[in-house]
Amino acid sequence: MNLITADAVVKDFRGHRALNKVSIEVPEGSIYGLLGPNGAGKTTLLRIINQITAPDQGAILFRGEPIGNKHRAMIGYLPEERGLYKKMKVGEQALYLARLKGLSRQEAMKRLRVWFEKFEISAWWDKKVEELSKGMAQKVQFITTVLHEPGLLIFDEPFSGFDPINVDLLKQEILQMKKQGATIIFSTHNMSSVEELCDHITLINESETLLQGEISKIRKKYRANKYHVTFMGEPEKLTAGLETGFEVLQLDENGMGQQATIRITKDGGPNDLLKNLVEITEVKAFREILPGMNDIFIQVVKTASRKTNRTT
Amino acid sequence: MNKTSLIIQREYLTRIRKKSFIIMSVLGPFIFAAYVLIPMYFATMKDKEEKTVVVIDESKLFTEYTPDGTTCVIPGTDYLKFKVIEGVPLETFKEGFNESGYYAILFIPSNILSSESSLIYSTKQTSLDVTNYIKRSMESEIEHLKLAKHDIHDIERILAEVETKLNVRTITWTRDGETQESNTGVVMGVGYMGGLLIFFFIFFFGSQVMRGVIEEKVSRIIEVIVSSVKPFQLMMGKIIGVGLTGLTQFLIWIVFSFVLITGLKAAFFPELNQTPTQQVTGTDLFREGGADQDKTDTAATAVLSGEDMDKAQEIFTALKTINAGVMIGSFLFYFIFGYLLYAAMFAVIGSMVDNETDTQQLILPVILPLILGIYVMISAINNPDSALPFWFSMIPFTSPVVMMVRIPFGVPWWQVIVSGSLLMGTFLGMTWVAGKVYRTGILMYGKKITYREIWKWLRYSS
Repeated sequence: MNLITADAVVKDFRGHRALNKVSIEVPEGSIYGLLGPNGAGKTTLLRIINQITAPDQGAILFRGEPIGNKHRAMIGYLPEERGLYKKMKVGEQALYLARLKGLSRQEAMKRLRVWFEKFEISAWWDKKVEELSKGMAQKVQFITTVLHEPGLLIFDEPFSGFDPINVDLLKQEILQMKKQGATIIFSTHNMSSVEELCDHITLINESETLLQGEISKIRKKYRANKYHVTFMGEPEKLTAGLETGFEVLQLDENGMGQQATIRITKDGGPNDLLKNLVEITEVKAFREILPGMNDIFIQVVKTASRKTNRTT
Repeated sequence: MNKTSLIIQREYLTRIRKKSFIIMSVLGPFIFAAYVLIPMYFATMKDKEEKTVVVIDESKLFTEYTPDGTTCVIPGTDYLKFKVIEGVPLETFKEGFNESGYYAILFIPSNILSSESSLIYSTKQTSLDVTNYIKRSMESEIEHLKLAKHDIHDIERILAEVETKLNVRTITWTRDGETQESNTGVVMGVGYMGGLLIFFFIFFFGSQVMRGVIEEKVSRIIEVIVSSVKPFQLMMGKIIGVGLTGLTQFLIWIVFSFVLITGLKAAFFPELNQTPTQQVTGTDLFREGGADQDKTDTAATAVLSGEDMDKAQEIFTALKTINAGVMIGSFLFYFIFGYLLYAAMFAVIGSMVDNETDTQQLILPVILPLILGIYVMISAINNPDSALPFWFSMIPFTSPVVMMVRIPFGVPWWQVIVSGSLLMGTFLGMTWVAGKVYRTGILMYGKKITYREIWKWLRYSS
């Protein structure tokens, strides 16, 4: 079942369409990545799901019913521009935000103690936010986002502004929450995190959906028939012995042995290539090179903008 | 728990715990007390220093020869004495003036009746009070003299008889024929105070709402909050929370000021009343009959405070004539709804900008009606029932201020009802409009927003 369904959402700002019939389906318990260049409309879509703004056309469904006020407590939102009341004390503020999400005072206190200990920031309870470092404030904000244990977590660029150690901490937390049954939607530029975390993605460019689906299927779809071979023997022998239709893209040597990247340009599968290779060298390892999300991202976006340039 | 009440709680609690709130709560009554007590202090201090004016009377019209010596016709007061000096020319006297310790020289030329001018010489500017006193006394003396020239029989008696001091008492009556004596001055003062209080409250706490909205925008917490609550709830919570803060501050001020003024008056003023007496006693040590002088001065002081008592009594009776229930009720009504109306507008301004410096051009159109209200209020004091105050007490943007000054004079019920409903209706409409602009504005950054753009936002369906 889909936790969130966005159905042909349109949002117009003055003289500018921010979203043009964007639809997404977020299965319950999955991690969903929202990708796209700056200004593509990701934040607008996340704001619409958070009921911060309303769509001009289309609808958002939460477990099949139109999203409404009662769903606010089931969502935790970490906006791209982080912010807390600067003059307010950390503990008091976390308590206030938790209660706005519907937690009772006692329950909020109990959970906050656990989280503050986990993140080792208990000492900061009575400090004002303006006294905290940026990283510390981000931790506090992350806690306030997840404290009410919402079924849906929405992170807008969660990794921006965190140092590598905290990025890793955050990734672990996200995976942990998924394990506990939460659904997570996040937008990002960080493609390695997409490959690592996401089950599904949607790529938005210039307000429209460019690419959508399960990440494994997308990567297969964009495979370039490239294979990586580790072998023993003379590199010249390899180049000379390959049949036509097998093209060597790269050759080098490292501690593991000779390395080659080969593309299949004719009909036929990896078995044909492997047979050919076994005849001329001793193959130690053989694997397909699936395109990274980074490459797919760049390729798809560039193709799309070429298309629009042609039509306009 | 209701989210709006949570927001109200936060706004209220964070504000009343602020240092500035505590400082203002403590300082406010002192400023208030100073406003009340300093004029009182000056009033009692006024002319307590004894001044002697030397009279050089060439006309001899102002000199009276009694067995005790020569005295001046102009009567002296407690603190202003006149002393006629004869046989010393003006120029000689002027030379020795600085050492003489006299306050001024009044030179009356021999042709005073025809020239109708006399001269006051002094090394420093003489006070307006003294000049006026001399002018008035001399005028009345010269009038007497001129009348006497006509040789009317029994002129002194006639003059005494003619002299009139008219006391105009104003009495209002209701439809039932009940009569009440009122004191226009006091009634006016109460209305004026009410209107001014509302003006300051709206201005001060309205801009606090605005600053609160800007703070939420600048710190970027706004997005988190409006994902938890509706923007309208946030806006109303803030407006109500700040309003309650203001009411709390006012309550503290009123109670504290009352205590302070009564306390200070009791503790401070008896001493104050004695100071001039002691001064006189001090100087009199070098004179004969100092003790007698002391007695008369104490008596004078006693009379003075007696007069004060009478005045206070008069004010209290006048205050009683104002229907306290109606006054307090309408004050609270206009106070609360006037604030709510303007606070919604201030919230909109806050949502439109990224920092406080950009607010100035936007604030002006909002506070202009308020300032206009103050002007109309001042003119309404002369004629509270004329057309101008009437219309301005109907227009909701000025009615909270203008109606306050009219109410103590008695306003027909239908007018209060129309004005009140207009205010409430406008408040509801304004809040609705404000909510729409607000929720668009709080998510806008970096753009300078004009009123034309707001008009466009209003027409957005979302």
